[in-house]
Amino acid sequence: MMEHSELLIDWSRAQFALTALYHWLFVPLTLGLTFIVAIMETIYVKTGDEWWKKTTKFWMGLLAINFAIGLATGIIMEFEFGTNWSNYSWIVGDIFGAPLAIEGLMAFFMESTFFAVMFFGWNKVSKKMHLTSTWLVAIGSNLSALWILVANGWMQHPVGMHFNPDTARNEMEDFWAVFFNPNAVSKFLHTVSSGYVLASLFVIGVSAWYLLKKREVLFAKRSIIVASSFGLLTSLFLLTSGDESAFNVAQQQPMKLAAMEGLYKGEERAGIIVIGLLDNTKVLGDEKAPFHFKVEIPNALSFLGYHSLSAFVPGIHDLVYGNEKHEIMSVAQKMEKGKLAVEALSDYKKYKKENNSQKAKEALVIFEQNQAYMGYGYLQKPEDAVPNVALTFYSFHTMVGLGTWFLVLFIMTLYFAMINEIEKKRWLLRLMLMTLPLGYVAQEAGWIVAEAGRQPWAIQDLLPVGMAASNVASTSVMITFWLFAILFTGLLIAEIKIMFTQINLGPKGGH
Amino acid sequence: MFDSITLYHLELYWWFIVSLLGGLFVFMSFIQGGQTLLYTLGKTEDERDLIINSLGRKWELSFTTLVMFGGAIFAAFPLFYSVSFGGAYFVWMAILFCFIIQAVSYEYRKKPNNFFGHRFYETLLFINGSLGIFLIGVALATLYTGGNFMVNEMNLSHWTKSSYGLEALLSPFNLAFGVMLLALSRILGVLYFYNNLDEEHIELRILQTLKNNSLIFLALFLWVVGMMLFQEGYNYDEMTKVVNVESMKILHNFLAYPILMLTLLMGVSMLLYGLYRALNQKQKDAIWYVGIGTILAITTLLFVLGVNHTAFYPSLADLQSSLTIENSSGSYYTLSVMSVVSLLVPVVFGYIFMVWRSMDKTKMSIDEVKSDPHHY
Repeated sequence: MMEHSELLIDWSRAQFALTALYHWLFVPLTLGLTFIVAIMETIYVKTGDEWWKKTTKFWMGLLAINFAIGLATGIIMEFEFGTNWSNYSWIVGDIFGAPLAIEGLMAFFMESTFFAVMFFGWNKVSKKMHLTSTWLVAIGSNLSALWILVANGWMQHPVGMHFNPDTARNEMEDFWAVFFNPNAVSKFLHTVSSGYVLASLFVIGVSAWYLLKKREVLFAKRSIIVASSFGLLTSLFLLTSGDESAFNVAQQQPMKLAAMEGLYKGEERAGIIVIGLLDNTKVLGDEKAPFHFKVEIPNALSFLGYHSLSAFVPGIHDLVYGNEKHEIMSVAQKMEKGKLAVEALSDYKKYKKENNSQKAKEALVIFEQNQAYMGYGYLQKPEDAVPNVALTFYSFHTMVGLGTWFLVLFIMTLYFAMINEIEKKRWLLRLMLMTLPLGYVAQEAGWIVAEAGRQPWAIQDLLPVGMAASNVASTSVMITFWLFAILFTGLLIAEIKIMFTQINLGPKGGH
Repeated sequence: MFDSITLYHLELYWWFIVSLLGGLFVFMSFIQGGQTLLYTLGKTEDERDLIINSLGRKWELSFTTLVMFGGAIFAAFPLFYSVSFGGAYFVWMAILFCFIIQAVSYEYRKKPNNFFGHRFYETLLFINGSLGIFLIGVALATLYTGGNFMVNEMNLSHWTKSSYGLEALLSPFNLAFGVMLLALSRILGVLYFYNNLDEEHIELRILQTLKNNSLIFLALFLWVVGMMLFQEGYNYDEMTKVVNVESMKILHNFLAYPILMLTLLMGVSMLLYGLYRALNQKQKDAIWYVGIGTILAITTLLFVLGVNHTAFYPSLADLQSSLTIENSSGSYYTLSVMSVVSLLVPVVFGYIFMVWRSMDKTKMSIDEVKSDPHHY
């Protein structure tokens, strides 16, 4: 098998992280804002009130600016699996390629075809046809997210496949198992609802700016009511789906859960850290306390992860070095079995080529006995199985803390908007405005937890990133990394400037 | 579900779908071709706005088809996806850069305070239309001329040249294929404007531009197809799967499958008739003849690579690493699932057709663009 240099892997990961983080600056707003404009247009069609049409068109204009750059940054994501992760593309492409292709056919065509009607069809098609198109854009965008997250969920928790030693790849054997993968379901619900929350923050943030400037008062107040209601409902759902996600992580990715909580030594009745400062001199295996200080809710992690207040939650140490009492195998043991599987597969291929069927059969038996650990066979040392704890811990706590704050904010904004006091509460308006960038921080933090938290795996327990990368020169990836960085940054600056200018022009001036 | 259908049938079916997507993409490249004609056909700012807005209602079609093309290859022929994208790294990256810049250029071009100015975005549209299509042509041409890759016993691959695909630019056939595709996209772009716009000044420039690009296209098309038919190709043995070089392999494929020869001839005839209809009869519906002719011809030229035991992606570094539809495909189960999903294709065509019709009931004029506050 082919393993690659550290430098190549680092640059390949950096490029994927860069393009994914940029892409995700734009997607959640599209996911949510498409629904918000669809709701506003529905009010217009139901009431016939032209004011709602104008409001819909304003938010739609901002959506278009965001949608375009979302598409631009998105096309690279699909092709990067081939350009930068070509081994991955072969080893799991038989399963992973299907949801991507279905996304293109079922969702992306719908989203982009009806996008043209939504923006340019106001005077060309009937009101009902236009409204249908707007809803189809919203549904198409979210369907698109569904298939991408089915693919991502499979990377976190691979199911519905078997390894075929003749083709040396994993092959799908149950499409519905892949589709209804519990990880994918909870990931989809959690991710799209986070998009709805971000879009709500966007609408209330922009509206707060108008109220602070004493402009577009009626427009801003009505927009706040729609967005706060939507935001409150979806925040509650976000909380529930987050709980489900954490439960899945505990069952399927215990190392990620341990890193999320900075839990080095496993505990029964483990608590959740509300706030904590990690000791960055802590090394796996030493006796130092992992935190300088921490505030903890007792028993909460046991309950969250295993739905039992007294459950044992394994720590990083248990997962790396094993824990006999709780029947946890060490990474070293898994590596040993994994290496046996890798060697047996190689022998099997060799004997097959030599037409030595007896030897090939024997090699196959050894392979099948150890195949479940094959991914571990590519690790260099047991500690390689540990993700970056600080990055995972702080990202997770940033996401959860901000998500909680958003819920509180929506309750306040909805309450004061309903009693028609919102424009007098300037402190709240400032908070609404300042919270908007935090929405983006929470989004990115969420993906860092999901992706950095499962390192070193490209596919959980099956394929480490070191085996998954394309065999190209690291300088080639370095060149494209910087080209992406320059291009995407330039486009981001343009997007922000255009967006600010359109907001400044307002619903009367812009459209 | 597919008990009477063999894996080879599914592989052929999916090679046909991939070829059809290739044909459809080339037709949809009228958008890219149109973008390269912004300053050739539009001499005033109003005319250029009209051109951009006419294309702006359709631009997502080629973009989406390209994404679909990539997805279909990933799902149906993952080894090809892995070998080509991971190996010809710089060619594919250059293509992707050309397409990243398209969507924002439409949306941001005329927005106030757009940071770079409208000329910058127009330049990006030109790059997308010219370099993007040319490079896609070069990448497709390597299906006939081959790539410098090796595949090991675990089906993992590496490229043997440090130029990672850029060496394809040294082949005259690949270059001619790229320029031919570019000229075809410009023909389709011109014919789209002829059909879609209501502006007599632009119309006057359309026929001359069409004539120039038709001459370039026809000359290159004859040469490229001649080379394809008579140059060496790559055959594999049905039983042993050993790949060997065969002279005039593509011609042999056409002779073995006369129906493909017929569809190619039909495509070329429709294309030529469409050009005649536009140039001599001044008929504005010529886009449909040239468009359908393009889909038939390109689909056939790609599909013929996958039949009659042909290696559709030959390796120049190691002949036995060459890819065939049999050694690079997804599993039986995945191809079956994807085949069920592909039944949705007519539904997608249906709503695209419906949207196109309802949005293009009347021809677009400068007045219409000016009166639409949402215009690009």
